[in-house]
Amino acid sequence: MNSLSRTSTTRRRVQRFGFGLLSAIAMFTVIPILAVVIYIVIKGAPAISLEFITGFPREGMRAGGILPAIVGTFYLTLGTAIFSVPLGIGAAIYLSEYATENRWTRTIRIAIINLAGIPSVVYGLFGLGLFVLFLNFGTSLLAGSLTLSIMTLPVIISTSEEALRAVPNSFRVVSISVGGTRWQTIRRIVLPQSLPGILTGVILGLERAAGETAPILFTVAAFFLPRLPHSPLDASMALPYHLFVISTQVPGMPIQIQYGTALVLLVFVLGMNLLATVIRSRARARRQW
Amino acid sequence: MKSVSMDKIKIEHFHLQYSDGNESLRDINLVIPVNAITVLFGPAGGGKSSLLRAINRLNDLADVSKISGSILLAEKMADGETEPAYIDVLDPGTDVIALRRRVSMVFAQPIVLPLSIRANLTYGLELAGIRDKHRLEGAVETSLKKAALWEEVHHRLDDSAFALSGGQQQRLCLARCLALEPEVILLDEPTSGLDPISTNKVEASLQELKEQYTIILVPHSIQQAARTADYCAFFLQGELVEYLPGKNIFTNPRDKRTEDYVEGRFG
Repeated sequence: MNSLSRTSTTRRRVQRFGFGLLSAIAMFTVIPILAVVIYIVIKGAPAISLEFITGFPREGMRAGGILPAIVGTFYLTLGTAIFSVPLGIGAAIYLSEYATENRWTRTIRIAIINLAGIPSVVYGLFGLGLFVLFLNFGTSLLAGSLTLSIMTLPVIISTSEEALRAVPNSFRVVSISVGGTRWQTIRRIVLPQSLPGILTGVILGLERAAGETAPILFTVAAFFLPRLPHSPLDASMALPYHLFVISTQVPGMPIQIQYGTALVLLVFVLGMNLLATVIRSRARARRQW
Repeated sequence: MKSVSMDKIKIEHFHLQYSDGNESLRDINLVIPVNAITVLFGPAGGGKSSLLRAINRLNDLADVSKISGSILLAEKMADGETEPAYIDVLDPGTDVIALRRRVSMVFAQPIVLPLSIRANLTYGLELAGIRDKHRLEGAVETSLKKAALWEEVHHRLDDSAFALSGGQQQRLCLARCLALEPEVILLDEPTSGLDPISTNKVEASLQELKEQYTIILVPHSIQQAARTADYCAFFLQGELVEYLPGKNIFTNPRDKRTEDYVEGRFG
């Protein structure tokens, strides 16, 4: 009896130690993101001013604002959405709702997985070859958006397909049993029910596109272009590339401008992330199945 | 107006086989009369659901490898006609969308769509292109009354259908079928998940509905078969063993296997 209770105490102690260790490890994963955010905010906040957000760069980018880069990144994200969202959702609908499991769809799936694994600089070179040179779009928002679209597609396709598949099959059967066609079923039941999941995936995909440097390096980015782009065929500045430039290419750069730019980019990207989280958790609370 | 006795569905030499090689139904011959409840019963795996799903071609969604024979569905008779015309449901040229509006199905689990109560009922009609508000409203009220649900929900038609209890959801599913004004109603163990009171309500509805419709019911128990059947077919392992009118199959079965099953020796 005595020895029994002693082993159970030991066991409880070991268990408590194990739990403690695991939760400490879990905590460690939060530290880097917190550290990055706090560090960037502290270092970058003094640089933020109305002029910094809405002004044009002056004195070889060593003073003034970063408006052209902000607008450029906004247009690039928008352009990427225009190309990749319809294509990505369309492909996801095909894979989830129409395609049967065969060699052809397996090939598509493998292609998507591999597309997601390609290093982003390779996308940049591909975009340079295809869009900038071969299709003669030049260094432009159009070429950059298309390049980023290809990079974003796998994320949008796989998250959208997952969201579509999460809709219970019984809804489809019922819809078809009351005389619905496949497309009516998708449009009226499956898509509305999976929309929050699809939106989340779209935003996460675009967020990645907004923050990438390598794919826009050869396709859009202007080293220094102190005006706003006039058309999709214009080159443009963009936040990630601008950050790269002022951190490595410009001697005598005031450090708080670098951190200020980083902070703006971080807010842009984390803001999208937050939006995705809000959409997802709201939809979860409202979902009835 | 009680219509003359007519064969609504004629199933002739019907075979069905699934892709995994399991033969599901062999040489089924069955005549289903109008304005009656025909009960298909027997132990699980006998092919009752498969037959049901063949009648409105829901089997198109399943992995069926071979299907043969014919399932003839009587068209509505025009005035003066004495013999109905038949279409073959299994004919590849059959308009399955129109067919599923004429032959409607209630499933074992109450599956309501993630919409309001009202929208669940108008869903099928809207898909059919009906936009007229009065007609849709009329269909909502009529179908809910027929399914004995109107009293409980008429004041909250815009609530989510998920707010209803299980029994109410299943009656909503029945009403959803009725809203389409079908000719045949297929019910696949519609009360398997319901409490006895809800079950009673559904069974009582069916007794009234058979005056206007042709009803084919796969019951969830022998007792339910005995309570509801006007005609009774006993299925065993893909074979139609016996088909008799009324309750004869329970009191006076001809086949030894039917007798053993209804007396509870197996199953």
